[in-house]
Amino acid sequence: MRLIRRLLYFFRQRRQTAELAEEMEFHRQLVEQESGDRYAANRRMGPSTLAREDARAVWLPLWLESIPQDLRVGLRMLRRSPGFSILAILCLTLGIGANAAVFSWIEGILFRPYPLVTHQERLAALTGTARSDSGPTLISWPDLLDLQKTCTLIDSFIVTKITGTTLSLGDRAERTIGSIVSANYFDAIGVHPILGRGFEPGQDVGSKAHPVTVISYQLWQSRFKGDPAIVGKMQRLNGIEHTIVGVAPEGFLGTFVGWGMQFWVPASMEETFEGGPYKLEDRSARWIESYVRLKPGVTLEQAQQEMSAVARRLETDFPATNRGRGMKLWPLWQTPFNNAGTLLPTLGIMLAVVVFVLLIACANVGNLLLVRSFARRHEMTVRVAVGAGRSRLLQQLVTEGLVLSAIAATGGLLVAHWCRHALVLLFPARGGVAMTLPGEIDWRVLALSAGVCLFSTFLLGLVPALQTRKIDLAAALKSEMSGVVGGAHGKSVLRSTLVVLQVSLSFLLLVGAGLLMQSLQRIRNLNPGFSTKGVLETAVDLRGAGYELQRAIHFNEELLDRVRALPGIESAAFARNTPLSYGSYSSSPIAVDAYQPPPDEPPTVEYNQVGPGYFSTIGIPLLSGREFTPADNETAAPVAIVNDVMVAQYWRGDDPVGKRLQVNGQWRQVIGVAKVSKYQSVRENPKPFFYLPLRQDFTAGTALNIRTHLPAETIASALAREVHALDANLAPYEVISLQEQMDRSTSAQRVAVTLLAVLGGLALLLATIGLYAVMSYTVSQSSRELGLRMALGAGASNLLRQVMSRGLTLTAAGITLGAAAALASTRLLGNLLYKVSPRDPLVFGSALVVMTVAAIAACFLPAWRATRTDPARILRD
Amino acid sequence: MGNDLLPGTLDMLVLGSLTRGPRHGYGIAQHLKKISEDVLDVGESSLYPALQRLLLSGWVAAEWGASENNRRARYYKLTASGRKQLAAENREFDRMILAIQKVMSCA
Repeated sequence: MRLIRRLLYFFRQRRQTAELAEEMEFHRQLVEQESGDRYAANRRMGPSTLAREDARAVWLPLWLESIPQDLRVGLRMLRRSPGFSILAILCLTLGIGANAAVFSWIEGILFRPYPLVTHQERLAALTGTARSDSGPTLISWPDLLDLQKTCTLIDSFIVTKITGTTLSLGDRAERTIGSIVSANYFDAIGVHPILGRGFEPGQDVGSKAHPVTVISYQLWQSRFKGDPAIVGKMQRLNGIEHTIVGVAPEGFLGTFVGWGMQFWVPASMEETFEGGPYKLEDRSARWIESYVRLKPGVTLEQAQQEMSAVARRLETDFPATNRGRGMKLWPLWQTPFNNAGTLLPTLGIMLAVVVFVLLIACANVGNLLLVRSFARRHEMTVRVAVGAGRSRLLQQLVTEGLVLSAIAATGGLLVAHWCRHALVLLFPARGGVAMTLPGEIDWRVLALSAGVCLFSTFLLGLVPALQTRKIDLAAALKSEMSGVVGGAHGKSVLRSTLVVLQVSLSFLLLVGAGLLMQSLQRIRNLNPGFSTKGVLETAVDLRGAGYELQRAIHFNEELLDRVRALPGIESAAFARNTPLSYGSYSSSPIAVDAYQPPPDEPPTVEYNQVGPGYFSTIGIPLLSGREFTPADNETAAPVAIVNDVMVAQYWRGDDPVGKRLQVNGQWRQVIGVAKVSKYQSVRENPKPFFYLPLRQDFTAGTALNIRTHLPAETIASALAREVHALDANLAPYEVISLQEQMDRSTSAQRVAVTLLAVLGGLALLLATIGLYAVMSYTVSQSSRELGLRMALGAGASNLLRQVMSRGLTLTAAGITLGAAAALASTRLLGNLLYKVSPRDPLVFGSALVVMTVAAIAACFLPAWRATRTDPARILRD
Repeated sequence: MGNDLLPGTLDMLVLGSLTRGPRHGYGIAQHLKKISEDVLDVGESSLYPALQRLLLSGWVAAEWGASENNRRARYYKLTASGRKQLAAENREFDRMILAIQKVMSCA
């Protein structure tokens, strides 16, 4: 009740105050009448203003009452100097906006990555571990069932495994990404299909036992035209008719950072999508990516302890499959099996950079405020003279800072809102499917941004507040009257410090951007060991279309004939996997005659299965022997081609052509030596690798390489026609050049370079503006001194030198500081750097040049203005 | 004045002065002065904050009306909860006075 009355009072403040004044005046008049003496009333009753304030303070504390007043004054101050206001708000908007945008990306990608999924704070990723393998491993279905049965601290286990299919509807076939999930999936994540239902318990049991699927809202709209009677209809997925049992709600993207899922199938359909034998009863088949939902109040550590205990029991119960293996829980933002892991370092660096930009923006606005605080010195002095306390003055200044940063924060949130989905623009689509990296602006982002806003308010309010501390009434009033500039020393030190800080921070960012650009350049110029020009790469998903082995071999042969017959094609070859692609290679334990492996050597070597003409098509040179021919098929003698790293390691550099190599327990004859190239990543070190003929180890998921001078688009349409002619339900993947493939594999670097270059440029601009402002101000303040010097015979060049040298001294100090900070911190760029020392002298040198040029540009105009000083006028004034 | 009273007493006295009907601020001060035979001379610096406190607590209500000499004046009257509060404070005050008298008579 009291609160409501207080609120009512607050909204009728003006009237209430007037009424109180009227009532008290009435009282006073009656007292006056009674005694016949106005002054007696005043004597008896004390000063009326004070009494009125006391009475009003019952309702609202006075400082609260003065806030609207301060706000009004603050807004009026902003309106009165629009140039200052626009510059300051722009600087802060950029600073706060950049922060809010990065917050929203971090929130949307790392902390709340899955739209519509409930209670994400209790979700954790689950992987296996192996003593022989430093990274996380996948999990087998029986192990997961055992965990589910035993763990008491976990609410639910969710299986997800990313998969894909070629969806053929009408005359269009299209690559589509989906998930193999456990039957409890939709219930466990709290997402309820808008049509139909999720999966029923038991639908994740049995071999190909439950061909049902839930489709995404987007797929329903785009490919099924939003058919309201879709539930119950059939759709062919990977050659098997699936019943559509549900449509997921709009905006639900599944549970995989980076990609939006279009369909979900229960784990019982795993063979159809994963290939290979039935895995649901095989404890040695590890294929599951999984999340768990912790019970409320359970910490990750507690759950991990329980999980490890269960894993140890599994080790003793099933030594054949589980010896040396454990289980590990990861916080969601460290999830190792999706794009969260690759984005984490980039987002971390971005966060550091935007904080820098905010600091620079604050320093800039602080500098502007300092200029203004000088102009307002008179106002402040008068305020103090008429009795304003220090705290009242401070409240006024902080309120003004708050007005400034609140406007900027609003603008910043708008910027963040526009940029929230912008991150994905920096990442190319893969396999024709665009990535999904949604930013999320929720209350946590808003709270953080508000925190940033308050932080900058605090910094901004602090600057003029420091000035009020020094107000010495008598001296100030006197000096105001005589028009002498006083107390400028302390201020100029503060201003110079702010400029030095800005210069050093922008230098740091320039060095960072330079290092990343340098390493991107190195990567681009790197020879991957195969031709990047004139070679295209694509694929046809035969497994997704349900082809069995013989039919796939036949299809490949026919397609190859048709492609080779196309005009402008030099050669074409199939391979299991393309270099630098997302897919993984096969690996096998090997043995070589007369070679004893040292005990710490990894027992397996990776290999690729490639068709005839692969090496000449992709441009990997053969150092010795011959390449595979059509004759190297399933009936011919088993053969292999090894790379020169293997030759050095297993045959001590002797030519191995004609010697034997054991792969998967089968002896093969080495028929050639290929030069080493990049296999999985451009940044990998040369590693042992070999090739088998595709026909001798066939898989249906194959990539097609085409050597041609024609552009990718021309080939794409011709290829689509040929594929369509062979099978109307099939469509090829996107056709890209190997150069494009290489660029995509370095997207993390490119994102970092782009962002650092943009933000570094922004920082440089802000620092230049700051330097310019300081120098102009210095010149305008010392015009009397400059005039005197001129009158005494100093030439223009003399004055120019004097002003420039002051500006450049500040710059030099900033650069020295920035260089020291850069030397200490560029190591943090870590694995984003490639073959570039974090202390690369060339980069440091370039940053020095850029910064110096910017500084000279910033100082020149004020210095030039100094030389135009008219000594006669100045001295007269 | 007023500062010399026990804490909260002024509010109670103001409430008490309204039992016989509404009064304006000056009337309350006059009433207190008359009844107390010039002992309680309440100035506006304590009277008006007290009235605001009572308004805030909802124990009195204010209303503009015409004064004896036909001028606009703000009249305060007790509300139902104000009456209840006054009764409670009266009891508490009696208890306190009794206690003080006991202590003083034994001293």
